[in-house]
Amino acid sequence: MTTPLHDLTLAEASARLRDGSVSSEALTEAALARIAATDETLHSFITVSADEARATARAVDAQLKSGAATGALAGIPIAVKDVIATAGIRTTAASKLLEDFVPPYDATVTTRLKNAGAVIIGKANCDEFAMGSSNENSAYGPARNPWDPTRVPGGSSGGSATAIAGRQAYGSLGTDTGGSIRLPASYCGVVGMKPTYGRVSRYGVIAYASSLDQVGPFGRTVEDCARVLGVIAGHDPRDSTSVDRPVPDYQAALGTDAAGLRIGVPNEYFIEGMQPAVEGAVRDALGTLGGLGATTSEVSLPHTAYAVACYYILATAEASSNLGRYDGIRYGARQPADDGLASLYRNTRALGFGPEVKRRIMLGTYALSAGYYDAYYLKAQKVRTLIRQDFDRVFADVDVLATPVAPTTAFHLAEKTSDPLAMYLVDVFTNPASLAGLPAIVVPCGRDEAGMPIGLQLIGPPFGEELVLRAARAFEQATTWHRDRPPEPAGAPA
Amino acid sequence: MNPDLGRYEGVIGLEVHAEMLTASKIFCGCSAAFGAPPNDNTCPVCLGMPGVLPVLNRRVVEFAVRAGLAIDCRIARRNRWARKNYFYPDLCKGYQISQFELPICEGGYLDIRVDEATKRVHLTRIHMEEDTGKNIHDAHGDSSLVDFNRSGVPLLEIVSEPEMSSPAEAGAYLRKLRTLVQYLGICDGNMEEGSFRCDANVSVRLRGATELGVKVEVKNMNSFRAVEKAIAFELERQTDTLDEGGQLVQETRLWDADREETRSMRSKESAHDYRYFPDPDLPPIILSDDFVEQVRRELPELPDARRERFVSAFGLPAYDAEVLTARRDLAEYFEAVVAAHDNAKAASNWIMGDIIRLIHERKLDDAPTITAWPVPATTLAALIALIDDGTISGKIAKTVFEEMLTSEESPRAIVERKGLVQMSDEGAIQAVIDDVLAANPDKVAEFRGGKEKLQGFFVGQVMKATGGKANPPLVNKLLMAKLKA
Repeated sequence: MTTPLHDLTLAEASARLRDGSVSSEALTEAALARIAATDETLHSFITVSADEARATARAVDAQLKSGAATGALAGIPIAVKDVIATAGIRTTAASKLLEDFVPPYDATVTTRLKNAGAVIIGKANCDEFAMGSSNENSAYGPARNPWDPTRVPGGSSGGSATAIAGRQAYGSLGTDTGGSIRLPASYCGVVGMKPTYGRVSRYGVIAYASSLDQVGPFGRTVEDCARVLGVIAGHDPRDSTSVDRPVPDYQAALGTDAAGLRIGVPNEYFIEGMQPAVEGAVRDALGTLGGLGATTSEVSLPHTAYAVACYYILATAEASSNLGRYDGIRYGARQPADDGLASLYRNTRALGFGPEVKRRIMLGTYALSAGYYDAYYLKAQKVRTLIRQDFDRVFADVDVLATPVAPTTAFHLAEKTSDPLAMYLVDVFTNPASLAGLPAIVVPCGRDEAGMPIGLQLIGPPFGEELVLRAARAFEQATTWHRDRPPEPAGAPA
Repeated sequence: MNPDLGRYEGVIGLEVHAEMLTASKIFCGCSAAFGAPPNDNTCPVCLGMPGVLPVLNRRVVEFAVRAGLAIDCRIARRNRWARKNYFYPDLCKGYQISQFELPICEGGYLDIRVDEATKRVHLTRIHMEEDTGKNIHDAHGDSSLVDFNRSGVPLLEIVSEPEMSSPAEAGAYLRKLRTLVQYLGICDGNMEEGSFRCDANVSVRLRGATELGVKVEVKNMNSFRAVEKAIAFELERQTDTLDEGGQLVQETRLWDADREETRSMRSKESAHDYRYFPDPDLPPIILSDDFVEQVRRELPELPDARRERFVSAFGLPAYDAEVLTARRDLAEYFEAVVAAHDNAKAASNWIMGDIIRLIHERKLDDAPTITAWPVPATTLAALIALIDDGTISGKIAKTVFEEMLTSEESPRAIVERKGLVQMSDEGAIQAVIDDVLAANPDKVAEFRGGKEKLQGFFVGQVMKATGGKANPPLVNKLLMAKLKA
């Protein structure tokens, strides 16, 4: 065997499971060995659920032998972001407050993974309560970028991306509120996808900003993402914001050309001060897509510049309310009340939450306060409508939009931690699609002068997952960026 | 109860929280029943665990529309949920899902009767929300415990305009509202168990003034009497304070039922900013005209209509109709008695007398709906029939009724077993009368001399001699014929 097991894509691993040339137990052991060898450097995982994974793998192997395992992810080791509830496996949201929290229930996406036969290998590192763009806000220490461990993997779903780039899992789930799947995918050189708001259930997903949160897949290839998306997508009666609409066969939507595809290029996404290598790689990608039969045209999304401000008002407002339940009364690390009930709350939340979570709770509380509500929250809602209308307008003329994911490639650890505003501006190209609830995929499209990956973002109209998958797949098949692998972390076997 | 406020008048608005009688909670499938062991009726959703989401119980919307239609509210075809944010241990999410800007019902009114006059009290709004859990103090050493069985039980909050001016009006409004929600089958109206709760906003102003005075919110009243007493106390406290040159402060005060006074709980300065905003977990509620009309068609007969029907169809006095329709179960009991034996006034008299007395004595009206009636409706009807067909007298019927309370026998069987059949044989009664007159010649002389009130004495003697079985009208008729002969 020339390819080590951990180097297989999800599709390759799945094919070999089905032809009997490999067992789920072997894939699982390979993943666990890989985690043991590399996670000291990458820190993709907060919890590795080795025992549960081995038990599942053995059970699926037995089913595969008897022909009973037909699930789309049967036997495949998958990492799950630690804001997604897993019954019996602790779910911390990367917060100290939930250090010992073991949910008695599965998130709907967890149930769907299990029903599809997936082996949940562990809980992926992320920013605390999914709040951050670098994964540096994890109470358990940051995940690191496999391409250069002195750099961040992007956030908030950093661990879900590094687990893929570092060959620790064959697929993973992240959540994307303002770019939390797309940014780490771009920074780590993997494929990541945020589905349409309402496409995937949020039940059991620890809420950051409820009107924006959406679960999505990471994979080495577009096809791998399509497979995972097909498993997790669909209406859930337990989530009133999930949409009751049939789930298409996403793998069938994958073509190899982009013939007739109308691609819009919003000029607001090419801004002063962005890293030239990023712009260059995205422009080259547009050329590649043109060569595959797509037409490209410039479009305008005039309210793009307001997206970051709008996002940070609405997301923090919702977060300030969503995080009210972490009061230490029913679960979580309760601190002693030294001075009445208020001190119980104060001490629990002061010690349990990290600084960025506190900052966002304060920002959001302010935006909702009497006397400020109209000027901030209500105004931001109106801006959100304008941003959505921008997209509605351009999607009358184009099928997908192609943009950069962020103005630069991955930055160094601690580079922006003292400047929250600079950190927030990293989201400038991902916030708009979040506010409009649109599906968006990121595929690797180049590397900068330091060798760091660059991603291409393809945004589709509501429920246009098939369109963006098709465009991304066509681009991927015409390029080799997705085959590049990061250098081996020190101490890892080749 | 109504204090004399001198140159002042009271201004009272009521906020009622009515727990809805849905089988399950508002946003999860847990039972909404009262009285389970602590925390038995809970799940991740009504415990506010991380990541869980609310799913609306449709029945709650139906109940709210039912209330809105019965009170002539405008039903908002588009309304939505809002989060009310605050911290308290019984509030599991750090926010309560409620309605704020766009409630399901607005406007509407109730007509109340106080001192023979009818007054129209308008409503501001009715909205839906979830109830909180319950903190339990002093049961476990220094710790407080929380029971989340009530967390997520659906509530209707019914807010009146500040249009009542006395404790009696507030009491009448509250009773009327309770009767209504009970008729509608949406709330059991139990104030003691807290399924029907009332907060009062009370202020005073100079008689005839148009501006409102400083408002005090009074909480913690768990009976109609407590509401009336608390409002009376508060009106007097406020007018006394003003008369003494003092200043009133906008505050929340708690009613102390033991000391019969209100005490300050918190002032406006420490009031919460609830930071209401639309709940992003729940889509707006869109009601179709079809849905609203369907609910309207299925509305039961309401108390006012029923009261009028009792007067027009049964010929009952207005007072009887009022008493009998005050509770839906009582009205239905009355109708069942009349259906079995057609004598509405007699049925009304029995129910308003003995039946209601027994209901109070046995505290049967503590139950949301009375099912354990002192005697079944058909049995009471059978008893009335025995009077009407002359088998027993009304007086004997009282004896039979007492027997019925402890016996499974039919009224007729009791009458026969105890030999209580009425004596209507003229000859036999005549013979007893003759004996009585013969034994009391002096009294007969006095009667004939003009002391006619001795009639009662003779009747009594005859009844005594017959063991109460003589037919009273017949006794009177034969006795008078003899005495005046």
